[in-house]
Amino acid sequence: MTWLNSHPLTFLVFAPTLLGFLIMALPHSLGRLSRLLGFMGALAVFVLSLAWLLGHGGTGATIFIERAPWFTLVGLPVDYHLAVDGLNLWLVLLTTFLVPLTMLGTWNSLKDRIGTFAALFLLLETGMLGALMAQDLFFFYLFWEAMLIPMYFMIGVWGGDERRYAANKFFLYTLSGSLLWLVALLYLANKAGGFNPVLMGQAASALPFSVQCWLFISFAVAFAIKVPLFPLHTWLPDAHVQAPTAGSVILAGVLLKLGGYGFLRFAIPIFPAAAMHYAKPLALLSVIAIVYGALVAMVQRDIKKLVAYSSVSHMGFVMLGLASFTVIGTQGAMLQMLNHGISTGALFLLVGMVYDRAHTRMIADFGGVAVKMPVFTAFFLIVTLSSIGLPLTNGFVGEFWILNGAFLSGFGWGRLYASLATSGVLLGAVYMLWMFKRVFWGPENKDEDSGTHHLHSDLNAREVAVMLPLVVLILWMGIHPRTFVAVSEAPVANLLREANAPPVRTFVLKPAVHQAPAAHEAGPEAHAAKPAAHEVHQ
Amino acid sequence: MNKYYWLIPILPLMGAAFNGLLGKRAGKGAVTFVGLGVVFGSLLLAASAFLAMKATGDHRLVLNYGEWMATGSLSVPFGLVIDPLSGTMMLVITGIGFLIHLYSVGYMHEDEGYARFFSYLNLFVFFMLTLVLGSSLVLMFVGWEGVGLCSYLLIGYFFETDFAPDAGLKAFLTNRVGDLGVSIGMMVLFAAFGTLTVSDILTQAGHLAPEVGFGVLTFATLMLFVGATGKSAQLPLYLWLPDAMAGPTPVSALIHAATMVTSGIYMICRLAPVFSLAPITMDVVAWVGGATALFAATIGLVQRDIKKVLAYSTVSQLGYMFLGLGASGFAAGFFHVFTHAWFKALLFLGAGSVIHAMHHEQDLFKMGGLRNKTKITFITMFVGTLAIMGFPGTSGFFSKDEILYLAYLKSPALWVIGVIGACCTSFYMWRLMALTFWGEPRDHHAYDHAHESPFTMTVPLMVLATGSLLWGVWGIPEAFGGHFAIGEFLKPALTYGQVHGAHGHHEGPAVLLACISTGLGLLMGFLGWSTYKKGPAAEIAFAARHPFVHDLLLNKYYVDEGVERFLLGPIRWFGNVLWKLFDVIIIDGVGVNLPGALARVFGDFTALFQTGRVRNYALSMALGAAVLLYVFLK
Repeated sequence: MTWLNSHPLTFLVFAPTLLGFLIMALPHSLGRLSRLLGFMGALAVFVLSLAWLLGHGGTGATIFIERAPWFTLVGLPVDYHLAVDGLNLWLVLLTTFLVPLTMLGTWNSLKDRIGTFAALFLLLETGMLGALMAQDLFFFYLFWEAMLIPMYFMIGVWGGDERRYAANKFFLYTLSGSLLWLVALLYLANKAGGFNPVLMGQAASALPFSVQCWLFISFAVAFAIKVPLFPLHTWLPDAHVQAPTAGSVILAGVLLKLGGYGFLRFAIPIFPAAAMHYAKPLALLSVIAIVYGALVAMVQRDIKKLVAYSSVSHMGFVMLGLASFTVIGTQGAMLQMLNHGISTGALFLLVGMVYDRAHTRMIADFGGVAVKMPVFTAFFLIVTLSSIGLPLTNGFVGEFWILNGAFLSGFGWGRLYASLATSGVLLGAVYMLWMFKRVFWGPENKDEDSGTHHLHSDLNAREVAVMLPLVVLILWMGIHPRTFVAVSEAPVANLLREANAPPVRTFVLKPAVHQAPAAHEAGPEAHAAKPAAHEVHQ
Repeated sequence: MNKYYWLIPILPLMGAAFNGLLGKRAGKGAVTFVGLGVVFGSLLLAASAFLAMKATGDHRLVLNYGEWMATGSLSVPFGLVIDPLSGTMMLVITGIGFLIHLYSVGYMHEDEGYARFFSYLNLFVFFMLTLVLGSSLVLMFVGWEGVGLCSYLLIGYFFETDFAPDAGLKAFLTNRVGDLGVSIGMMVLFAAFGTLTVSDILTQAGHLAPEVGFGVLTFATLMLFVGATGKSAQLPLYLWLPDAMAGPTPVSALIHAATMVTSGIYMICRLAPVFSLAPITMDVVAWVGGATALFAATIGLVQRDIKKVLAYSTVSQLGYMFLGLGASGFAAGFFHVFTHAWFKALLFLGAGSVIHAMHHEQDLFKMGGLRNKTKITFITMFVGTLAIMGFPGTSGFFSKDEILYLAYLKSPALWVIGVIGACCTSFYMWRLMALTFWGEPRDHHAYDHAHESPFTMTVPLMVLATGSLLWGVWGIPEAFGGHFAIGEFLKPALTYGQVHGAHGHHEGPAVLLACISTGLGLLMGFLGWSTYKKGPAAEIAFAARHPFVHDLLLNKYYVDEGVERFLLGPIRWFGNVLWKLFDVIIIDGVGVNLPGALARVFGDFTALFQTGRVRNYALSMALGAAVLLYVFLK
């Protein structure tokens, strides 16, 4: 137990893999047992991660750290360095939470090789947790790429009709971005004498600005593909539509977050000047992603594809928040990443539940589902409301912070882009509620071949048990978001201060003439006279 | 009692949760008890809070319940403010809300979704109270979007039908267009004042000079006004409200007449000092209000569905309220909100009672002669009609007169528009009354089975009728010997944080103007009644003679068709272009799959050289060697 006390992170990261290998060693005929084992293991990891990580009380500083020299790569030392702090705490918990939940939610969705699937799922969990916790860039790179392999097989083996195309596309798309990034990584590691991000940051600041820019771009492209940021998003709809439900949930719930997280953890701190230099194009692409993703989602005929494109729009908000370089915007991005994990994860689970019954996901095949599955409808409605950012759900808080952060942003484009991005909130309601209307409302679709016709049962106890915690979280995050972002406030403020983020831009209002200006400075409303000091990066 | 006031909004929320989660199993009795009980409890607490507020020196009760979403420099507390403005609204919401809950017991008793209905209705009361009581704009926005949600759910209440889902969707999305404005307005205000707490904004605004030309506050207030046009159904975002009549009639009365649709006016009153700093915005508010008042009234002249007439009437009356606000008559506009809540809720519930009696017949042309069958409904609706047409002495007379007077002071043209609108109002209301209650029954089967509604429905009618008659005393203007008490009462809320007093009224021929408008209104009312008291024959003849005018009005100036054709259609088309052309062909085809295909072609090409024949390899080796030799020996 002493080893465990000093290596909780190692345990969390690698226990799933050990279990995964164990399951792979079991014969195929024990698939059901394997599935149960996998679920129990993932659940245990979740419980332990809650107990250990929250038990220590979040202060924003590093909560856990495990660090040791590991090996030397062509003369460059690589550290075994895992840490949990304010920036990744809740993303780690999101991951450990979603894995068992998804397993339970898709319990009967797959029919063959369920043991192998559970094992791959566990390997994927190691990849995700490792990438979230790794503080050494080479270590991070290893996990980053390792995540691809299980997901590749999950899509390629258990996917839909065009699974091979989708799996290859997913793999090659991501890999091609990562390879360029690897070159930049090795170049910078050579300059820095290692893969420690702090050293790399120092080394980068000594390089000519143009070189910094190129290096930042290569980092940014790799992360932007993962997000995915327009126009690097086209792998996503294919991957989502072809992936089995569990794959989609994890893909949307966690994998995409690693893109945004990569910016926050590595790309921005290492190249603050270059990041600021490219804030405008990043923000522009984000705004395009928000509007474009929403418009394309609007005209989709397949519910799953609609949700996939909605991810492009929602992740655009995350990127806009990051590009604002304000505390409000960045905190909004942090929350929006969690929001998207919960809400879009829930949407994919729900789509999976209806697909398991009706074997179709085409909107036109439904209509009047509310009559047949009232409980399902209620859950779908709540998740939809969260997705469209209704106040008191999680979606609202994230979007509100991001938009206000962008509007206050010290960059000249902030106000315009924030105003344009609000249209994403409108369009979000358009595509989600239009789809909701066509699928759930209206007269019951009596067609023999229709999806509605094949819906014979409402959600069972297992499915309700899966959805309930998600709904609780949707409301919790909407009513008390501080639970989830208080811990990142200080690290985010710190990060922005060290990056020399520009001060926020406010409006100057004209005081009434009859007042002496001196009285203005002293009064409680001195604020109006001193517009620049709203947001101090404390 | 202070420590229980948080229950004012939360009680209805608990009712909504109970009815939504357990209502179906608990049975109708329990649903009724909880659904009505929570609103009544809320009403009692609201009354207590109102008195407590009046007892304070500055007529202000501030209650804070912790922080909601603080980060960076933003702080949004869960705070409630009870002042004359929000206090009055709170009483209207819980009071009229309770009456309508009571009415619904009778109206909805046969409906399968009884529990669901009361769950939504309770939820609406929660959100509406949050809207008016919230201490910050963000909390107000919670209510703002929340009532939109409830409106959506209740319009789409009969979700198995074809039309209700469409109407619900239209309502939500049109409102979201407006909410976009509110979002942007809030961002601008936050960037300008560094806070979104209303009292802090007003305190700072008190020290500012009115903007000359188009400034920051003009932009912010215009954006907020866009939101108001959505929620309060003004031009050009009024389109959803007539369709919203697809919902059950109590919903039309509560949400789409008495409370929710007045949110826009409430918001502007809440921020009155800020709006006063933006003269351009005030002009826009006045003219949009005036235009809507007239525009909607003309459409109301020829609608055949009894609820549609009332819906356009609501749009028109809301226009009057904005006209009042724009003419700097914040108290006058709000007074009309208050009186309108009584008489329009009454008219809708009366219409519901008629529809109930006629077995869900809503076509005016198929009614007639009902005054003998449904006495209470007839008398109460008669009172409501007097109030809405501004019959001297009724509540509507005083509130509408004050608005028209202020409109005249702002611009005589606005007064003319307002008076024409008022004439239309009188005409269509008496047309409605005559077609419903006078003449011969035109559908004998329905008429024979017609019956007066149960007491749960008639009691609210009688209470509302009393209110419609009497509440005018709260705002008798000086010209008629009163002192516009409501204006004095609201003053602490409407001028909160202002250093210098509001500018005084200009004098105008108040009594003369009132005589003209009232006289014309009475004349048009009589005309409407006498034209239709024998039935719709005159209108049918008019339609035959002037089909263009009649069709134009009947089809609401074809605005819906235009929006579909020139706005929604192109947007969908654009989405498809982005998807099929840009996403699939350009990005994915040219950007992704083409390089992939090229790589494969190149691979296939180089594979040609891997023939496996030794003599080919020998030849290429020899050629290569020759080239190398040439290069090195040259």
